[in-house]
Amino acid sequence: MPSVRRSIEHKHGAPILEASHVTVRFNGLTALEDISFRLDARERVAVVGPNGAGKSTLFKVIAGLLDPTAGEVAVAGQCPGGHICIAYLPQRSQVDWSFPVTVADVVMMGRARQIGLLRRPGREDRQRVRQCLELIGLTDLADRQISELSGGQQQRMFIAQALAQEAELILMDEPLSGLDAPTQEEIFRTMDDLRQQGVTVMVATHDLSLAAERFDRVMLLNGRLLGFGLAGDVFTPEQLQSAYGGHLQLVETDNGVFVLSDTCCGGGH
Amino acid sequence: MEKLIDLILEPMGHAFMVRGLIAVTMVEVVCAVVGTYVVLRGMAFLGDALAHAILPGVAVGYLVSGGARGAVFWWGLATAVVTALGIGFVGKGTKLKEDTAIGVVFAGMFALGIALISTMRSYAVDLAHFLFGNVLGVSQGDLWLTGILGAVVLLTIVAFYKELLILSFDPILAVSLRLPSGVLRYLLLVLIALTVVVSLQTVGVGLMVAMLVTPAATAYLLTKRLGRMIALAILVGVLSGVAGLYISYYASVASGAAIVLVCTACFLLALLAGPRRALLRARAGRGQEPEP
Repeated sequence: MPSVRRSIEHKHGAPILEASHVTVRFNGLTALEDISFRLDARERVAVVGPNGAGKSTLFKVIAGLLDPTAGEVAVAGQCPGGHICIAYLPQRSQVDWSFPVTVADVVMMGRARQIGLLRRPGREDRQRVRQCLELIGLTDLADRQISELSGGQQQRMFIAQALAQEAELILMDEPLSGLDAPTQEEIFRTMDDLRQQGVTVMVATHDLSLAAERFDRVMLLNGRLLGFGLAGDVFTPEQLQSAYGGHLQLVETDNGVFVLSDTCCGGGH
Repeated sequence: MEKLIDLILEPMGHAFMVRGLIAVTMVEVVCAVVGTYVVLRGMAFLGDALAHAILPGVAVGYLVSGGARGAVFWWGLATAVVTALGIGFVGKGTKLKEDTAIGVVFAGMFALGIALISTMRSYAVDLAHFLFGNVLGVSQGDLWLTGILGAVVLLTIVAFYKELLILSFDPILAVSLRLPSGVLRYLLLVLIALTVVVSLQTVGVGLMVAMLVTPAATAYLLTKRLGRMIALAILVGVLSGVAGLYISYYASVASGAAIVLVCTACFLLALLAGPRRALLRARAGRGQEPEP
């Protein structure tokens, strides 16, 4: 376990997330190099970069699933410890949707730590699950088996789980891929609700235009942190070229830069 | 009708049949519950390996005690637990893929077991009992041991129900909730090991995996709720156990084989006649791919 989380206390006034000089190497290959940034509470940040840019690796380090080779991550000034305030939502393609559980069961899983070992969910936990389902708009589907949900509902179910967990920082790995535009809109509405709840959201995505239009700040990643800020400042032709190399078609017009195609998708990890 | 009742009651006149039926029922309940996790986590091969790997332990117990059942049992148990922990360790520590590591360990241990047993005079008979079980040879003491260990396994699963559920459904969530994932993973392995040992006398090493997997797999085809899946698995398991034993009695078929065959028939029935989704779900396997 990384040294980041020990205490339950959140340091007052500290940013919700601060990464300093995070470096990750696998067998001598560098996946992330010297990444430093801070996130403020309630922010909605898009993380973009080509396949293999280290987006998932970065999320795993933040979630505490992977120890950085060097550098460190602090959540709310230190670590959440017993306060498990970070949720890392799985990619939908990695979930076993035929698993015999209901939507309410999955949301209840987020409560496991609050319930505690050797205990059953109490009235408080059930109430919390009900509230989360209601907030996310899945109340009517609570007793459905999870394969009966649409793609957008599946994504929102995991957001409800994160809320049940009382997460303050939610990391979502490609939550928008494979969803049509109205469904993506549904997810963005849910993210608005999250902001109301004081939750900070970090989203890995391949979609540069969504990243530019719908997020407070964008992070451009390709092993190194190429830029972090407003989309207009980060998505410059030079920066995009250095992130994507020849895989991206940039067309300059009087109105600015158009990105014609991004490499997209496959990204299984 | 009377004839049927006679057919059912007649074997009960034999104490060995009554003990056999009690043993089979207890074993099937434990196997069905543990098997549910084995099926959901895709650990069938591991369960099979574990069953085979305890053979040398059982053989040593047999050799050192001159065949006393208690010794055979405890040696088997110790070997199963050590192997379960060993497999968990090997899978993590080396460059090898986990199933390769399991295959190597399992075949090696199994060979050692056969080598040990082959030094005995009554080699063929003993080996057959270890491989295929001898449920009609269950003693009163065996029943107590089976009952107590079976209860330990079931109580442990009840106690860690929600943690084991999370570990099975979403191991990453288990880690990010800071649940003791490593401990839980080993716990599940040890529970499978205990189950294998408890069931050894009923179906033997060779058919063990069927007891773990087939009732749970049948239930998986028929329902989409975990609670119901466990209940159905128990039902299928106990029914096959009892029916198999009767078939064995009347048709003079090896009991372990009869039990597994009935169980397999239930599975096929569920596959063909169950909800229409069953076949589709079986074919689609895990999850759906997102469109690019």
